[in-house]
Amino acid sequence: MYDIKALYEAQSVGEAVSLRLEHPDAHIIAGGSDVLIKMREGKLAGCELISIYGIDALRGVALEDDGTIRIGSLTSFSHITKSPIIQEHINVLGEAVDQVGGPQIRNIGTIGGNTCNGVTSADSASTLLAWDAIVELTGKEGVRRLPIRDFYIKAGVVDLHPDEIQTAILIPKEAYAGYQGHYIKYAMRNAMDIATTGCSVNVKLSADKKTMEDVRIAYGVAGPVPMRCPTAEALAKGKAVSAEVVEAFGQAVLEDINPRDSWRASKAFRQHIAVELAKRALQKSIELAGGAL
Amino acid sequence: MAQYKLIHWNLNGKDVETMVDVRASLTDVLRNDYRMTSVKKGCEVGECGACNVIIDGECFNSCIYLAVWADGKHVRTLESLLGPNGELSDIQQAFVDEAAIQCGFCTPGFIMTAVEILESGKLYSDEELRKLLSGHLCRCTGYQNILRAVKKTMYRRLGKELPAE
Ligand SMILES: Cc1cc2nc3c(=O)[nH]c(=O)nc-3n(C[C@H](O)[C@H](O)[C@H](O)COP(=O)(O)OP(=O)(O)OC[C@H]3O[C@@H](n4cnc5c(N)ncnc54)[C@H](O)[C@@H]3O)c2cc1C
Ligand code: FES
Ligand code: FES
Repeated sequence: MYDIKALYEAQSVGEAVSLRLEHPDAHIIAGGSDVLIKMREGKLAGCELISIYGIDALRGVALEDDGTIRIGSLTSFSHITKSPIIQEHINVLGEAVDQVGGPQIRNIGTIGGNTCNGVTSADSASTLLAWDAIVELTGKEGVRRLPIRDFYIKAGVVDLHPDEIQTAILIPKEAYAGYQGHYIKYAMRNAMDIATTGCSVNVKLSADKKTMEDVRIAYGVAGPVPMRCPTAEALAKGKAVSAEVVEAFGQAVLEDINPRDSWRASKAFRQHIAVELAKRALQKSIELAGGAL
Repeated sequence: MAQYKLIHWNLNGKDVETMVDVRASLTDVLRNDYRMTSVKKGCEVGECGACNVIIDGECFNSCIYLAVWADGKHVRTLESLLGPNGELSDIQQAFVDEAAIQCGFCTPGFIMTAVEILESGKLYSDEELRKLLSGHLCRCTGYQNILRAVKKTMYRRLGKELPAE
């Protein structure tokens, strides 16, 4: 038995919004793979829950008319990995979420939960950040959209109003068309482990594959929330594809990131790993995009 | 004050109706209401896979699955694998033959994951099988015999010869 004071089940987004307004102290539960663990630890014990797990309308990946990729917030990790739309346009996201926990966790964990928890180590977060994803929130006034980098406020806190739930993650066409990317999760084990550091890089090459027209990079666990590296991105953008630029790009991330010491790893180790991951992920992205060093 | 909900679901091929306490995990209901004691309580925080069951064709750790969510779902536990006279299924027999069981606590969870793997009808490499089985902890066997039992059954069901190791 879980120490749940009361459970309110929403079958639609409208119902979820009403329940949010009626029960301001209640916590949202989607797949529950963060919430129920916290409850067992005693952190959320005795609280009220609004379950949105039954809102099937928030499941699935779709391609909208303007080319935007729409991922319903309740879509599980395994369904993202298996989606043909994800495989064709942003395969790296499917690969990133395929590194979460183990198979059963990937069947219950949702992308909405992985972003609304505001956790820096969340395996989808760095890739979504690196692909300029948009977060869609629905509340009593209707729908609000904001870039994912503005959604994160501080560790564990996201920009979610008291009447809102997250309803989708959107990736606009201009953010993915022509890009190829790679995600590296550095952890102590291959399964059932949280990232020591996670790094997601993507690149858009010129038609002749010699110039990097755009480079984007984001980290998990390099700071309190997932973060981009503007210095490194500016350094590589517009440069010729070369081993020197990849090296300089790797070193430049140190200007942007701010990892901390924790029992999992020291700050110095995380910095070392971050440089190496940036170089490897960029190199791999260049290869995937058809370029060569 | 206790809060209950009536759920309609299918357990091991039988339609059932259950009045569940909203605080219950699916593990609680399977063990306490239906005596499905193959569903083990290991960690109860989603780490070990001892409570794994198949829900609508996919594996879930039932300890972190609210019982109310089973409404309208098809749930399968290890008990569903036995033949009419209690005969073991091929995958269970393979676990016995390969000494993939010692204390047996992790076994039902592993076998239900194996069932999902086998029912996909696909042929997986050892590396793929390791990843597919990685949501379970076993403190006894060292995993190699479990991998062998699943692999052997996969080849047999596909009518292919098991490659020499
Ligand atoms: C054994 C185990 C291993 C794990 N391994 C990993 C791992 O390797 N990598 C990783 O990134 N994570 C891991 N996790 C954490 C967890 O699985 C993920 O963060 C998952 O994405 C959470 O999704 P959920 O739907 O289960 O979230 P829930 O627990 O239901 O919710 C998480 C948070 O988000 C809020 N929320 C959820 N959905 C919405 C919504 N639509 N609108 C508004 N708020 C919402 C909830 O209120 C809560 O605060 C692991 C968890 C377990 C138990
Ligand atoms: S008891 Fe459910 S995963 Fe360990
Ligand atoms: S056989 Fe004992 S835990 Fe696996």
